[in-house]
Amino acid sequence: MEFSQIAAIAGKEFWDRIRNRWVLAVALVFTAFALSIAYFGAAQQGSVGFRSIEVTIASLVSLVIYLIPLIALVLGFDAIVGERERGSLDLLLSMPITRVELLLGKYLGLAGALAFSTVAGFGLVGVVLSAQLDLNALFHYFGFMLSSVLLGCAFLSLAVMLSVFAADRTRASGLAIAMWFFFVLIFDLLLLGVLVVTAGQWGGEALPYMLLLNPADVFRILNIFSLEDVRTLYGLATVFPPALAQPWLLGLVMAGWIVVPLAIAAWRFRLGAGRA
Amino acid sequence: MADISPAPSNPPQTGTKPVIVARGVRKHYGSIHAVDGVDLEVQEGELFGLIGHNGAGKSTMFKMMLGLIPVTGGEIRIDGAPVGGAGGDFRTVRRKIGYLPENVVLYDNLTGLETLQFFAKLKGVPARDNVTLLERVGLIHAAKRRVREYSKGMRQRLGFAQALLGKPRILFLDEPTTGLDPEAIRGFYAILRQLKSEGVTMVITSHILAEIQERVDRLAIMAAGKVQATGTVQALREQMDLPLWFSVRVDPADFEAVRAALGHLPVGAIEARDDHVAVQCQRDTKMAVITALATLDGKVRDLTVREPSLEDVFFGFSD
Ligand SMILES: Nc1ncnc2c1ncn2[C@@H]1O[C@H](COP(=O)(O)OP(=O)(O)O)[C@@H](O)[C@H]1O
Ligand SMILES: [Mg+2]
Repeated sequence: MEFSQIAAIAGKEFWDRIRNRWVLAVALVFTAFALSIAYFGAAQQGSVGFRSIEVTIASLVSLVIYLIPLIALVLGFDAIVGERERGSLDLLLSMPITRVELLLGKYLGLAGALAFSTVAGFGLVGVVLSAQLDLNALFHYFGFMLSSVLLGCAFLSLAVMLSVFAADRTRASGLAIAMWFFFVLIFDLLLLGVLVVTAGQWGGEALPYMLLLNPADVFRILNIFSLEDVRTLYGLATVFPPALAQPWLLGLVMAGWIVVPLAIAAWRFRLGAGRA
Repeated sequence: MADISPAPSNPPQTGTKPVIVARGVRKHYGSIHAVDGVDLEVQEGELFGLIGHNGAGKSTMFKMMLGLIPVTGGEIRIDGAPVGGAGGDFRTVRRKIGYLPENVVLYDNLTGLETLQFFAKLKGVPARDNVTLLERVGLIHAAKRRVREYSKGMRQRLGFAQALLGKPRILFLDEPTTGLDPEAIRGFYAILRQLKSEGVTMVITSHILAEIQERVDRLAIMAAGKVQATGTVQALREQMDLPLWFSVRVDPADFEAVRAALGHLPVGAIEARDDHVAVQCQRDTKMAVITALATLDGKVRDLTVREPSLEDVFFGFSD
């Protein structure tokens, strides 16, 4: 593995997103949402202005959990299949670069762009809010930003995997949308369905662990269970095994959600070369 | 023991060291036999042409030689090393190779110069040559313009500049002149001649014979996934033993005299046209025909011989 080759690809992907203002646009979207949630989130309750950081983060989490997977999937679904369909993949692969290096370069460049937008967008709001936050609240907000980056990286990894498997861009985009629906909307309903149908007989114990099979849920747990207030607010503390409330463990699971799809993508992409 | 053989002082010439060797190469896509048992040998410093109709299997052959797609069967070696084989020298081989794909697709959002910078990074060559390369292919005026605004011919030139990055020793050029105007085509072949004098081995594909036949050292004619013939243009013509045509310009009153003079020779058709007689004959009767026509001195105003073109050879093989 040669780092310079990975860096060359990653650099191009990253600067492409800077130059076409993708990074700027996404950062602005995050800033706008975060600011409006922080200051106007309680408007329907008749109060405008900054509330507690816990409530702000909880609202942000329920927004980001839809938004970031979507953005990551859109960003990554044509990483490989796009080059293949346009006809530029052959030339790239004729360079002194391995397929794994190309794939990693693509991933890292895109992940860099997504992470940069996330940190810039939410970071700006963090700076604005910092005057009203104590150290502990800042720490929580930082945790939220970091987990958002991880969430993006996990779904980007899934997207890049799709882009290796899909035969063409159209199919890749269809799969990306299907994946978003599945993880963001359907998965939790399925779990709930199992719980209801079996009247809690089956899956009651295993359910919290099943949540780890969905990076979006891992993100949710990461943010909710680091916050005492919200824990009591949601009343989930009794259901939840304390082991799963360990941020480092959840972080590890998230890392798995980044590494495993990428590894599968690399395996599949190498097969295409017919090399062992 | 001391090596007493003289050091080579001449510029590199076409040697007899095979740089590219293909043996029984096949590529099947289901029932489509894109390449179906190809043997090729390209010597060091050679400018080698691969000719054939669309769908003959030329591009597929290129992709296998570059290791972009696996072979269904057979073996390809570049500089002695099997293509697509495991081993650490894959990068070394790749750095020696330049590739211009058919209908090259580059990145619309990059400028010409940025395009070269990107590929130079991947090839691990210093960026300082990029401007020189753009000059060489005649794109220096458009260096700062985005590829999106480039014409087909300009893209092709940029693709060619990309292939020349890092002074490759082997060049694979797949239909390199599509989209170029005649002037640019001449410029392109001038660069190839220069590269040849530097000892670069080149394989070039085309379906335009007239363009390639006088410019390559040797060529292989491909049809339906197979190599139908290999050799120099001259050798292919002789191998085919296609008839020559004489055009004997005489006064119409002397048409019969020409017929009479050639009567005893094993010539083919003798046809009277407006102001000349067209005579067809095999190569081995060529001199006899000229001698016979010389006896008609004074009557023959002009004499031209038309050799069979490679086009004839090509269609002769392909049909
Ligand atoms: N990926 C592929 N899948 C199926 N058939 C292919 C593929 N690539 C090439 N072919 C077929 O192989 C044959 C040779 O194609 P190609 O090598 O591009 O010919 P040429 O370059 O001589 O025009 C054609 O019939 C083409 O349709
Ligand atoms: Mg072709």
